[in-house]
Amino acid sequence: MELIVEIVIAFFLVVSGIFGFTGSYGLIKLGDPMSRLHAPTKATTLGVGGLLLAAMASIYVFYEHVSLHELLITLFLFLAAPVTAHFIAKSHIHRHENAEDLPDPGDDPDWAVLHHDPEDVHRPSHGPED
Amino acid sequence: MKVVHRLFPHPVLTVFLTLVWLLLVNRFSLNSLLFGLMLGVLIPFVTSPYWPNRTRLRNPLMIVEYVLVVLWDIIVANVVVARLVLFRRNQDMQPNWVTVPLELRNPSAITVLAGTITMTPGTLTADVSSKGHSLLVHCLDAADPDAVRDEIKQRYERRLLEIFE
Repeated sequence: MELIVEIVIAFFLVVSGIFGFTGSYGLIKLGDPMSRLHAPTKATTLGVGGLLLAAMASIYVFYEHVSLHELLITLFLFLAAPVTAHFIAKSHIHRHENAEDLPDPGDDPDWAVLHHDPEDVHRPSHGPED
Repeated sequence: MKVVHRLFPHPVLTVFLTLVWLLLVNRFSLNSLLFGLMLGVLIPFVTSPYWPNRTRLRNPLMIVEYVLVVLWDIIVANVVVARLVLFRRNQDMQPNWVTVPLELRNPSAITVLAGTITMTPGTLTADVSSKGHSLLVHCLDAADPDAVRDEIKQRYERRLLEIFE
């Protein structure tokens, strides 16, 4: 019985190692900055997920304690990964892309990052007076 | 009824916070359940002025289906992206931008959709249009951008429309 559990845990660890490695490798290998973003947001999710499953299984079998901490880590990861990717993508568009390179934004005049409205310009209210 | 609404402005958040607290403690006891409930009541009560128009869930049971579909897609996404990274030469890939016009109007629903797109196969949300009527999605390898757009609308947005509006 214990052997089977150990094999399962080892399997999860190996899977997580492979996907973690692929994520990091993709970061180097892929060609342009936007493509590079794909590798860490996805491959790493399963990498960490496999590790957490292995941890839960081993704690349950060898310490006889149901540990659900790990689910929380997954939850935080799912919240953090898209937000981080979104930030990086936005700053990339802001600095390196023009409106002509991006597809048509449908019903609206432009994309949020490139949006420029003269009335929106923030004027500091406590500026130095001369 | 009004008093109850005042005291519990966000019952789903209350349950959620209690659950998160129990998971943080990692050992079930009546003590931690009560403390978690206390936090679950206090935090929505204190922060309720910050979200005046809160989201209404029309069909909460659909969330279970949605989560299962997305979890499955995340596993598939990992394998697909790993294969692209390992076995496809860079010059053979066709990275592409896609515009996804939105039928969703609820900001929380759009946020969930954007997050889902980022976690699923070969797509990544990069931006939203200035009035919030479409999403800018980057595809890692899409020969046919229209198919990607249709799949996002079919698979995720349709379900979110049922859950939220």
